[in-house]
Amino acid sequence: MTCDDAEILIHALADGELDAGHAREVEAHIAACPRCSAELAAIRQLKQALAGADLTYKAPPALRQRLDAALPPAQPANVTPLAAAPSRRSLLRGFAMGSAVSALAATGLVAIVLRNDDQQRIEAEIVSAHLRSLQAGHLTDVISTDQHTVKPWFNGKLDVAPPVIDLTAEGFTLIGGRLDYVDARAIGAVVYRRRQHVINLFVAQTSSAERRTAKLDTIQGFNIRSWRDRGLSYWAVSDINADELNEFGERFERAMSGSS
Amino acid sequence: MATSPDDPERARRFREAALPYLDDVYTLARYLLRNPADADDAVQECYLRALKHFDTYRGPQMKPWLFAILRNVCHAEFARRAGAPLKALDDAPEAADQPPLWQDSAETPEGAMLREREASAIQRMIDTLAEPFRETLVLREINNLSYREIAEAAGVPVGTVMSRLARARALLRTAWLAQEELKP
Repeated sequence: MTCDDAEILIHALADGELDAGHAREVEAHIAACPRCSAELAAIRQLKQALAGADLTYKAPPALRQRLDAALPPAQPANVTPLAAAPSRRSLLRGFAMGSAVSALAATGLVAIVLRNDDQQRIEAEIVSAHLRSLQAGHLTDVISTDQHTVKPWFNGKLDVAPPVIDLTAEGFTLIGGRLDYVDARAIGAVVYRRRQHVINLFVAQTSSAERRTAKLDTIQGFNIRSWRDRGLSYWAVSDINADELNEFGERFERAMSGSS
Repeated sequence: MATSPDDPERARRFREAALPYLDDVYTLARYLLRNPADADDAVQECYLRALKHFDTYRGPQMKPWLFAILRNVCHAEFARRAGAPLKALDDAPEAADQPPLWQDSAETPEGAMLREREASAIQRMIDTLAEPFRETLVLREINNLSYREIAEAAGVPVGTVMSRLARARALLRTAWLAQEELKP
C-alpha cells in the first residue's frame, strides 16, 4: 500500500469504518510509514478534541412548543410527552426495519473496504438489552460492589471471562454482573452506576485480535461507546452524556492496560 | 393504505418516531444555516414535510431520513435568499464574511464556562468551512452518522463522503493551527 492509497483510508480507519482485513493493511502501512502514522495521530487528536467539546445545540423550548402546535394532535389515549425517551414500541419497530442500507450506490472500492452494517444491527440489539436490563429486577444476576465476587461469577457461564474492574474511585460504582443475549449469543454484562444512571458494559469474544479504537454512537437517545481490545469487543451503553461515557471507557481501558 | 394527515394514530406514530431526534435535527440546522432563527424555521418545515411523507418512509434509520429532508429545506432556503448563494466548493473561508454569531444567553455553571468557551470557538471554526465539508464533518463528528448514513442523508456516493471528510478535517486543522498561533 502506498501513501496515496492510504490517504483517505486512514480517515476510515480512525472512524472505525474499515473491515478487519483492510484495517490490518492500512495499519501495516502506517507502522512502516512515519508520515502516515503522524497523519493518523493528528486525525485522532482532532476527533478527540471534537468529541471532548459539546458541539451539539439544544432545540429551544419555544421551537418545541411551536412544533407541537404545528403537528396534528396525537391520539389522546397514548399521548407521549414531547421529547420523551423513545418508547419501547417505537424501538422495536426500529429493529423490524432492519439495516438494509444496501440500496446505496457505493463505489467499487468503498463497497469492498467498509465494514458491513452488522455492527449497527448489533448496536441496536445492545440498546435493546440495555433497555430490558432497566426493567425492575432485570439489572443484575449477581449483585456486588466487589470485583472479586463479580468476576468469578461469570466462570463457566460464558466462553469468555469479562474483565471486571472496580472504578468506584473514579466515580463509576460497580454494582454487579448479568448474563444477557445479543446476536443470539450469551454475552456478559458488567453493570456500573454513575449517579442515578446505569451503565451496562457488554463484553463478547471477537474473532479478530486487532485493536479498534473507541467509537461513539447514539441510538434511540442512548450513547454507545464501542471498542475492541485483545480479542474482546466492548460496548458501554448508558443514558449519561457522551462525555461521561467516554470518560468511563477511557478509565476502563487505562485500568485494563495497567493491569497487564 | 391511505390515511389522512390528521389521523391521530398516525400523528402519534410520527411523533414517537421523529421527535426524539429534534435536538439532532436542530443541531444540523444550526450548522447548515448558521443562524438560530433560520434554523427554527427550517426544523419546523422539515418536520411538517416529514409528516407529509411519513407514509413513504420505509426505514432503515429515521435520523438520516430526517437529515435528508432538512437538507432539502435548507437548500430551498438558500435558493430563496437570492443574495446569499451557496458557497462554491473552493471558496476561501473568510471569517469576516460570517454573520455575527448568536450568543447563548442561558446561564451556565462556572465550571462549564471554560469548556463552553472552547466549544463555541470550535463551532465558529466549523462555521468557516465551505458547505459540503462543513455538512460532512458535522454529520460524522457531531451527529455521529456512519459513512453510509451520511451518503444516504446527503445523497452522494460513499466515496464522496470519504473524500469530503478528509478535506474537511484538513481545512479544520489549518483553521485550528491558525487560531492557536493567534493566542498570546
